[in-house]
Amino acid sequence: MTTSDSEEDSYDERSALMSSETPPVPSYQPEQSDPDPSAQGPVLRRPKSSERGPGPEAELDEEEELTLKYGAKHVIMLFIPVTLCMVVVVATIKSIGFYTEKTNQRLIYTPFSEDEVSVGRRLLNSFLNSIVMISVIVVMTIFLVMLYKYRCYKFIHGWLILSSLMLLFWFSYLYLGELFKNYNLAMDFPTVGVLIWNFGAVGMICIHWKGPLQLQQAYLIIISALMALVFIKYLPEWSTWVILGAISIYDLVAVLSPKGPLRMLVETAQERNEPIFPALIYSSGMAWMVGMANPAEERRQQSDAEAQEAGGSLGAEDSPDPPAGAQGACPSGEDQEEESGVKLGLGDFIFYSVLVGKAAATGGDWNTTLACFVAILIGLCLTLLLLAIFKKALPALPISIAFGLVFYFSTDYLVQPFMDNLATNQYYI
Amino acid sequence: MTASVFFGCTFIAFGPAIALFLFTIARDPLRVIFLIAGAFFWLVSLLLSSLVWFISVQISNKESAPQQRGLLIFGVVLSVLLQELFRFGYYKLLKKANEGLLALSQEETMPISIRQLAYVSGLGFGFMSGAFSVINILADSVGPGTVGIHGDSQHYFLSSAFMTMAIILLHMFWGVVFFDACEKKRWWCLVIVVASHLLVSCLTFQNPYYVGSLVPTYIIMFLMGVWAFCCAGGSLRNLKLCLTCKDKDFLLANHRPR
Repeated sequence: MTTSDSEEDSYDERSALMSSETPPVPSYQPEQSDPDPSAQGPVLRRPKSSERGPGPEAELDEEEELTLKYGAKHVIMLFIPVTLCMVVVVATIKSIGFYTEKTNQRLIYTPFSEDEVSVGRRLLNSFLNSIVMISVIVVMTIFLVMLYKYRCYKFIHGWLILSSLMLLFWFSYLYLGELFKNYNLAMDFPTVGVLIWNFGAVGMICIHWKGPLQLQQAYLIIISALMALVFIKYLPEWSTWVILGAISIYDLVAVLSPKGPLRMLVETAQERNEPIFPALIYSSGMAWMVGMANPAEERRQQSDAEAQEAGGSLGAEDSPDPPAGAQGACPSGEDQEEESGVKLGLGDFIFYSVLVGKAAATGGDWNTTLACFVAILIGLCLTLLLLAIFKKALPALPISIAFGLVFYFSTDYLVQPFMDNLATNQYYI
Repeated sequence: MTASVFFGCTFIAFGPAIALFLFTIARDPLRVIFLIAGAFFWLVSLLLSSLVWFISVQISNKESAPQQRGLLIFGVVLSVLLQELFRFGYYKLLKKANEGLLALSQEETMPISIRQLAYVSGLGFGFMSGAFSVINILADSVGPGTVGIHGDSQHYFLSSAFMTMAIILLHMFWGVVFFDACEKKRWWCLVIVVASHLLVSCLTFQNPYYVGSLVPTYIIMFLMGVWAFCCAGGSLRNLKLCLTCKDKDFLLANHRPR
């Protein structure tokens, strides 16, 4: 038995947006044109803008300081969900044996088995598996971008809804089943039915419609963790590592090259001033309020509108016309703060968790898991630093996965024997 | 054994460090980032020293136990020296980054001072060092087993936990003293820091004779703690003011009435 197609679709959508997308430039800039000392807002911003008058130097200074302070805050706003996702995956792997059991079932996307005797053959099979997987991803991504370009929104929404339905209901039911089996808890079907129904229904509403931001974030983390667990279970060992490497390279190409599908997706979304589908992106913050409706500040309004749509609206709306919303309200003439966040694709969450989960699954060693965890966080930090410098959509996978892979293999083969010997003799370094 | 030993040893080993983290670092995102970067630097230093050790083991005689022990001791010394080297490298990196930011933003003050960075980076080194030393041991302590069944010491878990706590706090103190010494260009302080680190590591060669390793380590920890306190600007007067809640600057900064 292999898992059905729509699960792969959902995986592909998430992997399709593996970039960490930034709100466009204006959201990192302060309200330069009109420093209003009486405006409320984070204390960090106001003192500087009221001390200096508006001017190019002031803009640059404020921009740099704000970039640093807001940059650090955004980094932490992403560290926390990534850490939570990894913690959920590692906790599950270490406690529930189901996800580390050897299985002969494979996904149809990794058709070559790794039960070979010779190393060369096994390596070849894992490369072939990764080629198949990456081609499937490329095809799906291009299909998605085509659909988006030709405005087949209903199709895309239907696809996304179907895949989230499957994740929220079916996979969580399986997970719950394994959890109960592991802890030997007796449970009846009606109770499970009620639990899963509530969980799934609230999840669907939160992700695809409106809901409290934190609940939406929690659901996105949970479905990323569920997806990562499926990969950890069903991808063969060596294929996982090769696929992780290959997908980082694909991510790099797809987001940065001019004809890359992901870049086209982001640019089309920005052109049309639409948010990218909420089911595929984790957004760390929300855009609060609206700018002034002053015709003289055309540029600022524009920036507010873009920032609002990119920063994600309150809750999870697919707000149809953010520009109208941005400019229409609030003619009071008072500057109001907007606080947009950084966005990270769900595919990034999934692959980070796959890396750390696989590190936890192979061997009983916690040092490797910890090393991969720190490496991924540092990679994410560097990616966000580059984001602050270049201010355009960047792939979030390559640096983190590269660090993660390097640290996994080196910790497993080099550091582990050293630390084992030290611990046996109780030497401390 | 099992749960009580696990929780007890975890809290002994990581209690002070987690308390420090929660109360002083967790609220400021910039400090958290520098903490994790410090942990990363320690990890890289460990990686390099393990690489050298691994290569030396591969080319040596694996049967001979004294030779392996000698290589392990060599590995420990090399690792300590590399850690201090990476601490210096981290200091240089932070100075450069701070200078760059200062030049760009034309601010009078940096968002984070070099002293805070010293504290945070020392704690980062300590967290990673402690975690790598003790997490596998803690994980093993949860499961069934008998401690010292082959005649080894019964106090393995407890002594490991205490040693880890000492090492974490020591790393923090070393970080503060080290950065301060680099700032004021007092190279003899650097030498003392490196020497004390080597001393602490070499004392552990006496394990399982714990009296010989734990007691001197704790003495060194207290001495380093006092030294770090003085380097950070503390004095008996400050301490008295702080403890009797009369320190006006601190109260002002925390919006409390005098």
